[in-house]
Amino acid sequence: MNKVIVYSIVISVIVILGVNLLHKTEPLNFSQYELKQKYATKPTSSVDHSQFEVLQEEFKTPQDVTEACLTCHNKRHEEIIHSSHWNWERVAYVEGKGISKIGKKNVLNNFCIGSNSNEQACAKCHIGFGMTSNKFDFNNARNVDCMVCHDNSEEYIKGAAMAGYPDRSVNLTKVAQGVGRPSKINCGSCHFYSGGGNNVKHGDLEDALLSCDRNTDVHMAQNGINMSCVECHTAEKHQIKGKLYSVSSTDVNRLNCEDCHTSRPHLDDLLNRHYSRIACQTCHIPTYAKVNATKMAWKWSEAGKLLNGKPYHIEDSLGNHTYLSIKGAFEWKTNVEPDYVWFNGSAQHYVAGDKVESVPVQVNKLLGSVNDPHSKIYPVKIHRGDQIYDPETNMLIQPKLYSPNKGDSAFWMDFDWNLAAEAGMKRMGLPYSGKYDFIETEMYWPVNHMVAPKDQSLDCNACHTSDNGRLAGLNGFYIPGRDSNSWVDLFGKLMFWGSLLGVFIHALARFINSLRKNEVESEEISI
Amino acid sequence: MQKVYIYKKFERFWHWSQAALIFFLALTGFEIHDSIHLFGFEKAVAFHRSASYLLLGLIAFSIFWHFTTGEWKQYIPTFSKLQAQIHYYAIGMFKGDPHPTIKTVNKKLNPLQAVVYLGFKLVMAPMVIFSGLLYMYYKSFDANDKVVELAIPLEWIAVIHTLGAFLLISFIVVHVYMTTTGHSLTANIKAMITGWEELDENEEKESEDLNTKNTES
Repeated sequence: MNKVIVYSIVISVIVILGVNLLHKTEPLNFSQYELKQKYATKPTSSVDHSQFEVLQEEFKTPQDVTEACLTCHNKRHEEIIHSSHWNWERVAYVEGKGISKIGKKNVLNNFCIGSNSNEQACAKCHIGFGMTSNKFDFNNARNVDCMVCHDNSEEYIKGAAMAGYPDRSVNLTKVAQGVGRPSKINCGSCHFYSGGGNNVKHGDLEDALLSCDRNTDVHMAQNGINMSCVECHTAEKHQIKGKLYSVSSTDVNRLNCEDCHTSRPHLDDLLNRHYSRIACQTCHIPTYAKVNATKMAWKWSEAGKLLNGKPYHIEDSLGNHTYLSIKGAFEWKTNVEPDYVWFNGSAQHYVAGDKVESVPVQVNKLLGSVNDPHSKIYPVKIHRGDQIYDPETNMLIQPKLYSPNKGDSAFWMDFDWNLAAEAGMKRMGLPYSGKYDFIETEMYWPVNHMVAPKDQSLDCNACHTSDNGRLAGLNGFYIPGRDSNSWVDLFGKLMFWGSLLGVFIHALARFINSLRKNEVESEEISI
Repeated sequence: MQKVYIYKKFERFWHWSQAALIFFLALTGFEIHDSIHLFGFEKAVAFHRSASYLLLGLIAFSIFWHFTTGEWKQYIPTFSKLQAQIHYYAIGMFKGDPHPTIKTVNKKLNPLQAVVYLGFKLVMAPMVIFSGLLYMYYKSFDANDKVVELAIPLEWIAVIHTLGAFLLISFIVVHVYMTTTGHSLTANIKAMITGWEELDENEEKESEDLNTKNTES
């Protein structure tokens, strides 16, 4: 009886210990909770611009508005004209090239290829007025467009192909009196629609973020913390934090998740230890383009087909263009699983005039490898396509695409690649042999937005599996569950199954032996 | 035949809890290895870690016990009758030959057992324990909360750990089977559960002789 009591006590203790060791209710993540409280209150303006006398006049030109702004904010224009939003380039040290300027002015992409000779249209996304060519005066503060970023009236809109000037319908006085902190649409008016339509380029930045739920983006969700872009992308003297590697190359002024979330954000250190090699985005953005489709491929080689002498377009069932005579053929995708690459924060770019070194041409290349301790695995969108290049000079060609008129060599008007190539390269001061062809290109877009709710982030099995996991394409390192040494596994399996077989045979032999013995014994008895 | 109290309480507790832990570690470990699917990777890792701490604690106690009771001497290998023992399992037992060695309280293990268990304690267990510790602490946080990694490739650690695991599960297969080769099919297992085993009288005598020999020496 005593024994029974002792044993039941021991067993109870073991069970209670086991339950406590193996089962945990999830405790509150206090740092996360504090962050939510911090961003729950939204900043309000300390002044009412509609009451300032200088903003009461009927503004004739947008430059007049800028001048009015500068009467109070009398040093801000200097900050702007040192910003990359204004200059469309940054000074960077580039391996093999030395100190160079890199930005929209001189790098190409595999969407609309490049801004040179197309400024009239491209300047819709320049924070200035009157950029019609590469002769734009980047020192004239009058041409700074304050309103495109600071309009809170939702009245302001830049005109199509108007060199950065606002649409003629805009009531400038109303805009000037309604300025404030940039909201989502101020940033989104360019960053959502880059590449000629919503979500074309980024895949993780699109107008669905203006009003989305937590499943789309936990940060910007209206039923969540409802953050605006500038709450993370803060600015000091108009130098905005964060950058995109389609045009940036150096590991400075980056915006990182850990700036708010710290480098040890999980309550489970097992997860925190991943941080040395896995970027937060890798697990927390399982898919991008969650609402509207993004462009995955763009074949310029298909462009220029005409129907009855006129350009045409084809749409898929969702209204995305799959073909445009002026641009070529496209592939679109929603809910895309990212590709994964090693990335250390530095990138290289194909700068206009560079020789093509390999095919597909890496329009931008994210640097990093498993052997570089500063590299982490990041999710990226890879945009693939083909575009025009000169097989003689071995250079990608900057074609002249846009012109308001026919007969101006612009491809979108005349559909003549030869003329477009000649005009574009001439404007760049680069040679063109007169021959053109199309070459495959790839462009890498790190995926940083559309962070999923915790319960939708990747679980362990997404990578820790030998069955074609998310990181199946990355080699040269060991992931438990994904990798194994085939020799050890073979040896181990042979040993294990061999042992089983061995004891089975031994047992069988004993069994047969005992049967035989019984027979002998029974025979002896019968005798 | 005489009933002898051969396995002490702690010994039995140690044996069976170690068996349970190794079985559980093998299950969760081979799930982490992606060989079986049972708990899911995340839970398997958590369970594997918890169980490994329990095993470490148990092993610390058992080492203490082995040395304080002198039981460690059971594992000193004797090679003189090793061949005879192997011969018995391979051929002798089918002919009805008697066990070539005698089981006593002071000599619980036959020469083959002694050498295999010593291998277990000196090769297999350290292999999985030390590679397991390296595996567990491959990444850690330094004073500045930065993650630091060991300089050796994880693959080497994983390979040794996996190899040790394969050795262990193969050992268990043979070990469990060999328990059926006692006086009866279940005699050995019963002894390991209750502590009591029926040993031959003359064996007991021999053990007494051995006892006196031990005290003499």
